[in-house]
Amino acid sequence: MIGIPARLAALRRPAPAHLAPEVIARTGLADRYATRPSPLGPVLVAFTSRGVSLVDLATDPAQFAAAYRERFGREVVPAEALPPRLAAAVDRALAEGRTRGVPVDLAELSEFQAAVLHLAAEIPAGEVRPYGWVAREIGRPGSDRAVGNALATNPVPLVVPCHRVVRADGHFGRYSLGADANKRLLLAAEGLAVEEYEALAARGVRYLASDTTGIYCHPTCRHARRITAQHRVEFRDERVAAQAGFRPCRDCRPMAA
Amino acid sequence: MRHRIGMEALPAVLAADRDAAFPYLVRALIDGIYSGALRLTGSGADAEDITQEAFLRAYRALGTYPAERIRELRLREWVWVIAANLCRNQARSRQRHPVEALSADARVADPAPGPEALALAFDYDEVLASHLARLPWAQRSAVVLRHVTGLPYAEVAAALGRPEGTVKADVHRGLQQLRAALEEER
Repeated sequence: MIGIPARLAALRRPAPAHLAPEVIARTGLADRYATRPSPLGPVLVAFTSRGVSLVDLATDPAQFAAAYRERFGREVVPAEALPPRLAAAVDRALAEGRTRGVPVDLAELSEFQAAVLHLAAEIPAGEVRPYGWVAREIGRPGSDRAVGNALATNPVPLVVPCHRVVRADGHFGRYSLGADANKRLLLAAEGLAVEEYEALAARGVRYLASDTTGIYCHPTCRHARRITAQHRVEFRDERVAAQAGFRPCRDCRPMAA
Repeated sequence: MRHRIGMEALPAVLAADRDAAFPYLVRALIDGIYSGALRLTGSGADAEDITQEAFLRAYRALGTYPAERIRELRLREWVWVIAANLCRNQARSRQRHPVEALSADARVADPAPGPEALALAFDYDEVLASHLARLPWAQRSAVVLRHVTGLPYAEVAAALGRPEGTVKADVHRGLQQLRAALEEER
């Protein structure tokens, strides 16, 4: 008789890996994800009833699901597609860079990080703002470093365009989705004249103004891009602009002196 | 809540927050339930269906229980009561409507040619599994729960709704039958 119990114990088989997430999904306790195209290649977009909760490059779905479980304590399972309205908003953000108003679920984040990300989502495609500007806009002037950290750990890159926030000296800085170089690539794809902007920032120019309107802007603001060469005035500092009688643009809201 | 919760703590956590704790229950029990269902039904597909259904029924039932009842639950045997019933119903309907050879899709062997020893070991398992599948339900259920899933006798008895003494006798007879069947083959 000895031997048979041991052989019976050897008949144990682990449940197939897909089974537990499926069971949990059927109770309605799992979140879901779908694959969408993006300028950086296919991405996995996870969502809850509130909106997009996690975005990453579609390299390894199993790794994505494990990271999701680790981060949220919930399962995530593949969905056929995103719900139609969310799909439309996400595709607008991914394909055209129109990130404003895309529903996101930032419930797991601190109030500070959520504020940073909500603000970043308002920056139009092809435009950039410095970290210090974000800090000031959310009512926490001087918290540039914390803003940088909040953007570096953005769980929903591309949908919240953390790539549109850059260093004040014009360097684009680090980027968490794939390689650092992707930040520059994304901005170029959105229509930013990357080299021109870098050259300007390297000369210390922070603002561009028009001597016909008397308004100064961030260099990538759509109003600044319309200023013709003979009317264009460059400023390194908002105080100098103010002393020269210029006022800040109401759209891109450069620092008021 | 992100990290592991021990089985002893799980009833209290489930009573406090069913939705947050339920995934931990699934992860803790799923391999045992699946293994048992696989050997009770002889089919991987049936075992998956039964595992899913058992957990879904457990989840729904938890929603109707008062918190004090959930705190008292012996979770493993409780889920096994549900799973064992599903397995028995499945076995009965398979008897009435036989579809395929019982262990055909229970085979887990790698179809790619591997080391010969490994292939032999899998066949060895399958021979035993097919003898197991031919035992009458009373013996098969007791043997599988006791020796494949490794439940203690008290839990086997509770899961199957039979007295512990009866279950012990069923396991004993089942093992004798298996040994006789294996010896006959030599």
